[in-house]
Amino acid sequence: MREIYFDNSATTRAYPEVVETVTKVMLEDYGNPSSLHNKGLDAEHYVRDAAKIVAKHLKCQPEEIIFTSGGTESNNMAIIGSVLARRRHGKHIVVSSIEHASVLSVMAFLQNEGYEVTYVGTDASGHVNPEEFAAAVREDTILASCMHVNNEIGSVQPIAEIAKLIKEKNKDIYFHVDCIQSFGKIPVIPKTMGADLISVSGHKIHGPKGSGFLYVKKGLLIRPIIYGGGQQKGMRSGTENVPGIAGLGKAIELTFTNFDEKMTKVSALKQHLVEELTKLPEVFSNSHEAPHIASISFVGVRAEVMLHTLENEGIFVSSGSACSSNKKRESAVLTSIGLDEPKIESTLRFSFGEDNTMEEVDEVVAVINRILPMLRHYVRG
Amino acid sequence: MNQVKMFLVKYAEIGTKGKNRYVFEEQLCKRLRLRLKPLGEFSVRRDFGRIYVEALSDYDYDEALSRMTKIFGISGLCPVTVSEDLKYDSIKKAVLDHFENWYDEFNFSFKVRTRRNNKAFPINSMQMDMELGHELLVAHEAEGLHVDVHAPSVMLDVEIRDRAYIYSKIIPGPGGLPVGTNGKALSLLSGGIDSPVATYMIGKRGVEMSGVYYNSPPYTSLRALEKVEKLGTIVSQYSGPMKLFVVNFTDIQLAIYDNCPHDELTIIMKRIMFKIAERIAEQEGAQSLVTGESIGQVSSQTMASLSVIDNAVDIPVFRPVIGMDKQEIVNYSEKIGTYETSIEPYEDCCTIFVDKHPVTKPKLETIEKHEKKLVGIIEPLIDKAIETVEVKYLK
Repeated sequence: MREIYFDNSATTRAYPEVVETVTKVMLEDYGNPSSLHNKGLDAEHYVRDAAKIVAKHLKCQPEEIIFTSGGTESNNMAIIGSVLARRRHGKHIVVSSIEHASVLSVMAFLQNEGYEVTYVGTDASGHVNPEEFAAAVREDTILASCMHVNNEIGSVQPIAEIAKLIKEKNKDIYFHVDCIQSFGKIPVIPKTMGADLISVSGHKIHGPKGSGFLYVKKGLLIRPIIYGGGQQKGMRSGTENVPGIAGLGKAIELTFTNFDEKMTKVSALKQHLVEELTKLPEVFSNSHEAPHIASISFVGVRAEVMLHTLENEGIFVSSGSACSSNKKRESAVLTSIGLDEPKIESTLRFSFGEDNTMEEVDEVVAVINRILPMLRHYVRG
Repeated sequence: MNQVKMFLVKYAEIGTKGKNRYVFEEQLCKRLRLRLKPLGEFSVRRDFGRIYVEALSDYDYDEALSRMTKIFGISGLCPVTVSEDLKYDSIKKAVLDHFENWYDEFNFSFKVRTRRNNKAFPINSMQMDMELGHELLVAHEAEGLHVDVHAPSVMLDVEIRDRAYIYSKIIPGPGGLPVGTNGKALSLLSGGIDSPVATYMIGKRGVEMSGVYYNSPPYTSLRALEKVEKLGTIVSQYSGPMKLFVVNFTDIQLAIYDNCPHDELTIIMKRIMFKIAERIAEQEGAQSLVTGESIGQVSSQTMASLSVIDNAVDIPVFRPVIGMDKQEIVNYSEKIGTYETSIEPYEDCCTIFVDKHPVTKPKLETIEKHEKKLVGIIEPLIDKAIETVEVKYLK
């Protein structure tokens, strides 16, 4: 049975070279970077080299990179670390309402701990309004956080503008940007973006799961959230995940090889899918600027039913709301861009990677043309 | 505390079954042996009208207790302190040790009850009661221990045979009758709260249980099936290994949707599910079906609906939770450990097939009339569903 994987925003298949690197490190260069002997030193080199690779592509310094266990940890560290460091300057945070759970859950936690959080919504186009965002910032606001690319609909937030306006209003504010869906897809340069903190996850760019990093602008003070032996200059204790970090470095190298060419291709796949599918009756696109994400609503069919039907055909995609009569988990993003219920409950996300092909898109279009009428036939009511 | 080396197994109803008593006791011993085997070396003996479990090796006490207290037929387990030799001083020491091990405070009333099955033992029962009672008072009277010969809180039993067995604490078991002593039944399992409870309740009466689950891919997911397997596995810890029949119901569901009025969808669907279950039960030698239906929870469980659905089959259908409130069923499911899994949100038969306004007072003649529309279409689908049944073994 064929396997067409259109769920790259959930996770990606590792590059074979990444697997090779991870294996080599685990079998040969398996030392602990904190060890004094050469085996430790060799392991340390991998970490340093990976930091250099990240720094090269982020156009920053290697010292500004802290390796973590992934995007969620980076987000947690950025937010909690900032808030702890800036406690004496205030207790107010401004954040967009369309963030991923690894940001929103931390915000809920902080609210419980006595912090005040203002959530700024998006307009019908899925974008945060920079003026509105800045208007929420006060003298006692210590942190602002806004994601770069939204994972469900692919809207790209006006980060540079937001940064400019909020820093005009409060020059000491920390600005965190979740770049988990944008790094490796569109340019991510902290200096240009005006970002003080950036989160990235390895398994979204064909790297190992359990790898990632946090960029922390030089001079910016944040507290660690994991304490222990003092590794990574005390900022993130715990023996470094050398195989994971080495794999991450390799993944980044490969991602940025022929970057423009690859993204042009991915973008074309997305365009083609959207064009062909929206030709079908009652099928709507909620897609935005991100080159790799297509959000499509198939009115009249439950998203999860379609997902499983596609799965039976070897096609893998994602859905926003889970199909369950007990608890409907409605998507905050889809609601905030003004979609009505029939669209929300029938929305699927197709997300592309560099190894997807136009033939795959054509096949998926053909399958959907075939199954859609049948699925629509069996409608509730 | 030293590890408990012996348990006395108390069983309620099977003691009264006359000729069948032997069969029941054997089944109970068999089940005990099976469940304890992975944990170490045990001897399970029927002796003098009782069952003793003796540990011959080290074993995981908590795991053993957890398993034994789930065995149907057992009303209670008494940890036994054993005195290997019958010298009075050894017995006295064992009695004092027993009290030390099992009680933290001694502010209660007690009575010693000695049974002397070994006539060579020099001291008579009444004398033993007094002597041992006295020793215990000497040790713990200051902490509130006192004797009550009429209604003691704690009855300390001392049995003198080849060894001396001392026990007093009773750890409750689930009651019921041993698995394998009362025929077989087939339970219709959904992933909900009610059907696992119903399965447990019938299994508790000594009935060997198997289950049937109706799968409708792609409308229901693999996760929903795994949830049902998990529930079945939890119940099987009590009722013994369970066969689960997974029936692919999609084509049948679609055929009903295409040919019958949509407000009768659920009723007709359930009637066919019952019919399929009846055929599987026949193949399996199961003499009844079991469901988790309860009067009035949903439209298919009104009195009228239940009666129309029941009419579809001849085999008896047992509904042990029929008169229970939802909260009672929830409490029961928490007690047996299925609640947490039951509330996981994976749909069993996707609500895509439930009409917005399902009929609540169906009439049998009307339903049968509409079912006729399926004649010629549904029979091959039913046959195919039964032929392609997937069997899973849960334990």
